[in-house]
Amino acid sequence: MAIPENKLAFDGGWEYDPAPESTDHIKLKKRYGLFIDGEFVKPVKGRYFDTINPATEEKLSRVADASKEDVDKAVAAARRAYRTTWGRMKAAERGKYIFRIARIMQERAREFSIIESLDGGKPIRESRDIDVPLAAAHFFYYAGWADKLEYAFPGRTARPLGVAGQVIPWNFPLLMLSWKIAPALACGNTVVLKPAETTPLTALKLAEVIADAGLPPGVVNIVTGAGATGAAIVQHPGVDKIAFTGSTNVGRIIQKALAGTNKRYTLELGGKAANIIFADAAIDQAVEGIVNGIFFNQGHVCCAGSRLLVQESVADEVIAKLKERMETLIVGDPLDKNTDIGAINSPMQLQKIESYLKIGQREGGEMHQSSCRVPKKGYWCRPTIFTGVSQSSRVVQEEIFGPVLAIQTFRRYEEALSKANNSPYGLSGGVWTDKGAKIFNMTQNLRAGVVWANTFNKFDPTSPFGGYKESGMGREGGLHGLGAYVRLGAQA
Amino acid sequence: MSTAAGKQRIAVAKTYKIFIDGKFPRSESGRYFTLEDKQGKVIANLCRGSRKDFRNAVVAARKAQPGWAKASAYLRSQILYRIAEMLEGRREQFVAELVLQGATQRAAEKEVDLSIDRLIYFAGWADKYQQVFSAVNPVSSAHFNFSVLEPTGVVSVLAPDDSGLLGLISNIAPIIVGGNTCIVLASESKPLCAVSFAEVLLAADVPGGVVNILTGFRAELTEFFASHMDVNAIVYCDGGKQVAITVQELAANNIKRVIARTRIDWSKADAMHPYLICDTQEVKTTWHPIGS
Repeated sequence: MAIPENKLAFDGGWEYDPAPESTDHIKLKKRYGLFIDGEFVKPVKGRYFDTINPATEEKLSRVADASKEDVDKAVAAARRAYRTTWGRMKAAERGKYIFRIARIMQERAREFSIIESLDGGKPIRESRDIDVPLAAAHFFYYAGWADKLEYAFPGRTARPLGVAGQVIPWNFPLLMLSWKIAPALACGNTVVLKPAETTPLTALKLAEVIADAGLPPGVVNIVTGAGATGAAIVQHPGVDKIAFTGSTNVGRIIQKALAGTNKRYTLELGGKAANIIFADAAIDQAVEGIVNGIFFNQGHVCCAGSRLLVQESVADEVIAKLKERMETLIVGDPLDKNTDIGAINSPMQLQKIESYLKIGQREGGEMHQSSCRVPKKGYWCRPTIFTGVSQSSRVVQEEIFGPVLAIQTFRRYEEALSKANNSPYGLSGGVWTDKGAKIFNMTQNLRAGVVWANTFNKFDPTSPFGGYKESGMGREGGLHGLGAYVRLGAQA
Repeated sequence: MSTAAGKQRIAVAKTYKIFIDGKFPRSESGRYFTLEDKQGKVIANLCRGSRKDFRNAVVAARKAQPGWAKASAYLRSQILYRIAEMLEGRREQFVAELVLQGATQRAAEKEVDLSIDRLIYFAGWADKYQQVFSAVNPVSSAHFNFSVLEPTGVVSVLAPDDSGLLGLISNIAPIIVGGNTCIVLASESKPLCAVSFAEVLLAADVPGGVVNILTGFRAELTEFFASHMDVNAIVYCDGGKQVAITVQELAANNIKRVIARTRIDWSKADAMHPYLICDTQEVKTTWHPIGS
């Protein structure tokens, strides 16, 4: 087995000095109301809940818990704005407003990154280099579409849907917000958006940006709350379209709840992506791809490469290298620029991950974790891999949403393909090989909406994202993402 | 069916059966329903398809789907064109069936002509929709990134009741031209053309299992069409609010795509566009590094 003997010794001697990002200039209010009709207002029932830093368990702020009455107000404001301002505005002017949002986000990028890491636990390197710039880029991309929709839908006329109700998850709070709001606005819709209850702060900060950009009141409304608030949006008769990103179980409930209504909907749900390594792959790059695939954002990624399928002849080598690489990963303070893996988003999520660690072992899987230290306070999970698992293992079939990788081997191409596709999910997949024809054959036959070949977990505003099968329906991003926010009709 | 007297020849009536996997079985349930004309005279006995028939059809459709999706766009185009050719050759038969089911001669002729032309329309799309709806995406990183359409998979169809041939074809053609396979419940009140159309499909070398056609009671079968876990999408035509609720609630069990086509006049020009193909397509995006 080709395991190099001259490997670097990371045990002992190698210590990074702390390199924390300063939070001095971050302004967080003690309490946030709801952003409705262009201003922050108190919730009707006066209820608030804490949002905490999962790395320290300290309270960051209190945010409003929106009731049905608050959602009513937000939908009414959105409807009014749709009828009186946004829906009547010249498309080019609409676009200019959206460009403005992108620009202000870029100006305040550092602030957004820090708050994102404080509130959600993700490493500052990721919020700084990925989440926030991509979110701004998303607004910039869709801004330009506003006055060009006739070129996106040849032969048909695209009209806005009206009021879009949007419910987003906690893993990429600002980025998911931008995936939802930017195309909705570009197509002429107005928005009521609910951020996740554990990560509301960047959405509330974005409300400030919306106000600063001078958007007419009611075009974007941000209501914070938990599941009940989301349900109030989904069930609201004044909403024309629901866009949801979250678990497949909740997606199913939403699809059922919308039955018999005329509401349009797009669902971006769970995944259990197979990352497939062939023997002829560039192994060192593939190992980096595995690490990025499962440990990016603590594995809180719907398209995470949470299943590794590695060709038998290189399995020992790949697993040995992966274990070595895992030892180098730094788990800890999300605000530290050297941190690779931040805090698990919430105690509930940590509990869920830990229950899967038990399940995996109970099912006969062999668990390996890196030996890194983790802070005493906060919610943490060491990078984890399971070997000796079978296709029917729950850690192979079910979405864990944490830094936990299930490893299986295969001999033949067909075996890799059938194992990869043997899942109710179909969000993403990865293929590593140096053979061009094998890449195309594999990427064509994987039943998944996004396939990364010799790379993983790449995102771009111009690139459509979304799932096959039980991973959801509809696309976000790119030209295809516009389709979720328009009604097509005969040409006038 | 006149009785024979003297030298008069006895007409040979057709047994209307269902169409599964390129074959014409009777319903496994042994049940039937009777189609009558306005005077209450029996036109034919039709198979009253069952849940088991539907499940058999899903198995056939699933088996046929990868091969059909892999067939070249050119071949799918020619097969759709061939269906039109076969239909044209049997034009009189279909006109007669429509008349038998209550249409005027003129309306029947128009419906058959439009049906043939609709097949030609979608045949021509087979090797073009991909070019119109795909994209190369200018991502900011050093990757080549493109999005293509791929068939959703196996589609169940509750065909429109009032348009027994044109409505049927207008729904089947965009599904199969895009590489999907389907199981279709024919119009309950006007089912004859659907069964005869299955014969056309067979004559046109449509591979077995690509289109499966059942006859039967919509009220009984809707829940099976909507709930089957190995069906990826459901197209339902018409039906009231209760149908919409039933279909979507059951479809949600495996996040089926639900495509509602209600109150569509299939004879109008606007009922014919390539976005009907997109309804049962998925967008797949592929990334590969370019190197720097």
